[in-house]
Amino acid sequence: MSEIKIERIKKTFDDFVAVEESDLTINNGEFFVLLGPSGCGKTTTLRMIAGLELPTSGKILLDNEDVTFLRASQRDIAFVFQLFALYPHMNVRNNLAFPLKMQKFSKDEINIRINEVVNLLRIDHLLNSKVSGLAGGDRQRVALGRAIVRRPKAFLMDEPLGTLDAEFREIMCLELRKLHNNINATTVYVTHDQLEAMSMGDRIAVMNEGKILQHGKPKDIYTKPKTKFVGSFIGSPAMNFIPVNHAIQKNQNIIKIDNEEYTVPKFFQNSFSKNNVLGVRPEKMFLSDVKGIPGEVYGSEYLGTRKILTIQSQFGTYKIRVSNDVNITIGTNVKISFDSKSAIIFDSQTDEALQSEFIN
Amino acid sequence: MSSVHLENININFGSIKALSNLNLEIKDGEFFVLLGPTGAGKTTTLRIISGLDKPDSGKIYFDNEEMNEIQPAFRDTSYVFQQYSLYPHYSVYDNLAFPLRSPLRKSDKKTIDDRVLQIARLLKIENKLNNKATQLSGGEMQRVSLGRALVREPNIYLMDEPLSSLDAKLKEELRVELKKIQSDLNATILYVTHDQIEATTMADRIGVLKEGVLTQVGTPQEIYEEPNSIYVANRLGSPKINILENKQIHNSQNSSASYVGIRPEDIKIDQNGSYNVKIETTELLGAETLVSFKSDTINGILLTQENINVGEGDKIKIDINKSKILYFDNNEQRIV
Repeated sequence: MSEIKIERIKKTFDDFVAVEESDLTINNGEFFVLLGPSGCGKTTTLRMIAGLELPTSGKILLDNEDVTFLRASQRDIAFVFQLFALYPHMNVRNNLAFPLKMQKFSKDEINIRINEVVNLLRIDHLLNSKVSGLAGGDRQRVALGRAIVRRPKAFLMDEPLGTLDAEFREIMCLELRKLHNNINATTVYVTHDQLEAMSMGDRIAVMNEGKILQHGKPKDIYTKPKTKFVGSFIGSPAMNFIPVNHAIQKNQNIIKIDNEEYTVPKFFQNSFSKNNVLGVRPEKMFLSDVKGIPGEVYGSEYLGTRKILTIQSQFGTYKIRVSNDVNITIGTNVKISFDSKSAIIFDSQTDEALQSEFIN
Repeated sequence: MSSVHLENININFGSIKALSNLNLEIKDGEFFVLLGPTGAGKTTTLRIISGLDKPDSGKIYFDNEEMNEIQPAFRDTSYVFQQYSLYPHYSVYDNLAFPLRSPLRKSDKKTIDDRVLQIARLLKIENKLNNKATQLSGGEMQRVSLGRALVREPNIYLMDEPLSSLDAKLKEELRVELKKIQSDLNATILYVTHDQIEATTMADRIGVLKEGVLTQVGTPQEIYEEPNSIYVANRLGSPKINILENKQIHNSQNSSASYVGIRPEDIKIDQNGSYNVKIETTELLGAETLVSFKSDTINGILLTQENINVGEGDKIKIDINKSKILYFDNNEQRIV
């Protein structure tokens, strides 16, 4: 398998900058996710790796070989658009054999590869079935099989699960990740769905407006977002933002909200402005009897193991994640506080997280 | 508003049994959700209550009054469809006022004005009242279409997947709004959906429909914690419940059971656990991590809120919270 390296790559369409100069290294065997809202440049980046789009400047290296200007067909990369487009009139075997026949593989080689793939995906009993009669999960496996049967150097996937309902997506995420662990093919996966990104990616790059804002392990991006955008784009329910209406000095470790003081990790830098924002995940907020922001319970949603409370306060609406045995009626007045050890302050002028003992 | 009672409803479309012996009681002021996949009979139930379809047999009561022979227009129900259908040439105000201006209802101007404003405020569209319906975003259109139902005070609101065409963020927002409005107005709502999250987050009670048969009714918590069959256990919970054979678990408390159901959160990584397994995958879901595991005898998924420092391929020990195991018989029915 292979390593993909992007060096100072840039793409413009006339005046529009689709991808600003970026560097990325996708390691051999890695499941790498490009995540961002529509129009952020993630698909353009993927298409440049695939060779479907030429960069305006910069280089793309596949296993240290410069492939920037090679045709897509010369790159030995499998591009998976939609996992679920199968030929309905063909049986499973012929669907799997199709890409190999197109590449003029010998009959024996085709059989060897098909056997390998069906064993891997546990669909060997279905080889002679028509795909139109298959259950959903089996269809998806056949579609996956068709992508891997070519044994390409890397897989590029563009929102392959986009059309599925939530339940199926959950199953397919697991299935894809298991498959990846088995064959360890370098994979670049594009999605706008943060949950898909977090659950499958070894690493994620979050993009917005043509820029890579942050890349790293899902956990690091989730707990230590470097910009307000990343904090709000990742996580559901979304991160809560609470105004902190004062400047912050280097070495300070106290912030003030609504005249209450909270001890937070020591800051390593000054803020640019007097208006800053505290970002807190719903599971890091809690109801407090002692001190906190006053608010009123607006909604309480039961979700099996947990409940999500919606609280309205003078600063806005906040979501808190509590355990499912918390019973609180709509309209109750409460105080909400937060785990100050993991507090992140975003500077309103730059939208970037202020460096501190917690995030640096 | 009223209570609604369905008694032994049967309806067939050709050879298909759309509803079989349906008995359902929706209390006055209750938010009742019918949950089921496509073709389970959800929409048919709504159509029978509204009078758009006639049952082959069975009775429909609103507050003890039989409705079978009453025409739809006189049943005074209010229907919200999945696809909002607004009058494009009307303003938001006129769209909302339209049902109140119906000759059947003869409301005066002041009453109409008050009610339209009240509902617009609840739905946070009061600053859009003069917009044409076409000058709205998808989320706003769906709010107007909910509003058009809510301006009336019918016997019951019937809602057919009203949120399903919205994106995830809007859905999350409108779920909370709709529940709040329902509890403020003390409205009776029958809401049908295939989305388990909508069901558990809004419902006072849920009815689970399967192929025209109501298989269980209860509060979200009852259905989640005490499902009466494997089918129901599978309908609620994300990630899904683990269904295993009884012989796969150690020291089963029920020797006659064929299957067991274990929620992912009831399995823990535990150094003293009695199952040796290997981690297949780990998925971060935000506050929680999902771990899928496997051994020669057992496989499944567990959900943990703790910080885990094990990864794919690692060998771990797990333990199952015995008191939370659900037992099922040969026919996939719960054994209590």
